[in-house]
Amino acid sequence: MSQINELYHRNYDRHPPALVPEYKTSVLRSPKNALISLQNSLSEITGPVFGQHELGALDNDLILNYAKQGLPIGERIIVHGYVRDENGLPLRNALVEVWQANAGGRYRHKKDQYLAPIDPNFGGCGRMLTDDNGYYFFRTIKPGPYPWRNRVNDWRPAHIHFSLSGDAFAQRLITQMYFEGDPLIASCPIVRAIKNDDAVRTLIAGLDKTASIQLDSLAYRFDLVLRGHRATLFENRLQGKA
Amino acid sequence: MPQQYLPETPSQTAGPYVHIGLAPLAAGFDIFENNFNQVLTQPETQGERITIEGRVFDGSGTPIRDVLLEIWQANAHGRYNHPGDQQQDKPLDGAFRGWGRSCSDFETGHYRFETIKPGAVCGRDGRLMAPHVNLWIVARGINLGLHTRMYFADEDAANQQDPVLNLIELEVRRKTLIAHPERRGDELVYRFDIVVQGERETVFFDL
Repeated sequence: MSQINELYHRNYDRHPPALVPEYKTSVLRSPKNALISLQNSLSEITGPVFGQHELGALDNDLILNYAKQGLPIGERIIVHGYVRDENGLPLRNALVEVWQANAGGRYRHKKDQYLAPIDPNFGGCGRMLTDDNGYYFFRTIKPGPYPWRNRVNDWRPAHIHFSLSGDAFAQRLITQMYFEGDPLIASCPIVRAIKNDDAVRTLIAGLDKTASIQLDSLAYRFDLVLRGHRATLFENRLQGKA
Repeated sequence: MPQQYLPETPSQTAGPYVHIGLAPLAAGFDIFENNFNQVLTQPETQGERITIEGRVFDGSGTPIRDVLLEIWQANAHGRYNHPGDQQQDKPLDGAFRGWGRSCSDFETGHYRFETIKPGAVCGRDGRLMAPHVNLWIVARGINLGLHTRMYFADEDAANQQDPVLNLIELEVRRKTLIAHPERRGDELVYRFDIVVQGERETVFFDL
């Protein structure tokens, strides 16, 4: 069994800070104290392991997994890409979970009151495990933008929420994927919470004509990176004495 | 050539509708055959059954009612169900993954996990860590998931020696990580309230 080592320290310059007043909800939901930094122990470098048998056959097909009397309305797209670590190595068997609004920007959630209608044939969530190359793919309807109560005229760009569980609990990540060319990206307070423009660009999926299916679906490519493990360790500090 | 590293994908808030993806039953619809949930135990799981219960509060003292929490913990013997855990002296428990996910109630803000009390895990340099549960919290308004740990008030001797608790300089802040037991009929409940901001703010970690 292979030894698993510490993770590289997280580069907080590329993540949004906790307090971003322009994103108003963060004002009361951000800690005032500094985080306390821990050197990794077994608690951080291990994490839950998931199996294919836990998922259903249509779990990565948002076009069909809630279709009741017909197909959902909207742009048929495939989203695909690779999940790697900071060393560029593929992350195998990572759990990727996604959720999104329908083509009109309406979420199937008891708390969403937006007047755009629910699509009776669209649920809006899916999940999958990456393969041995770290590859994942799912099929869906392109989500619409929607208004939200931040400032009264704030609109979210079209986006798909992503949750990733790699092989360590300290890699746990939730993020959002945006679509190439969307003019709402530039004015969104949630996007702008990330201060580094290069980091923002990594959240924008590119149109991938090569992977599109003729007369059927366009494709978008979205790669993700989770924290990487240190390769060298001269003393077995993580689980006791060498 | 210098080593080129890929930068980690930046985090974004989970938003108010996180339940759609991670707990669709809570969002109000049934789509997956198998749903991840807050019950970590099976009938064959070894160890003392416990319930972890609490609320998460914002800077005004109001419970956050759209929060999602995950826990990760060792089994009753103090071993994680993961190939990276090489503590060969401790048995694995095939009936315990050690991971669960819970949403707070939309009305009351209460969350709940049904699990077992974990054993002590070996820490760095051979120093034993006190029994603890790792928690991760996401919600609308939280830009990057918050990591914390829950320790047990009835493990005082072990807590005194714990290398992570001892990193926290202020005694008053250490206390924010200690859950207190209460008996409720047959149930042993550890109450663990989390304060995201303000007085008695919970300690959060940069792992």
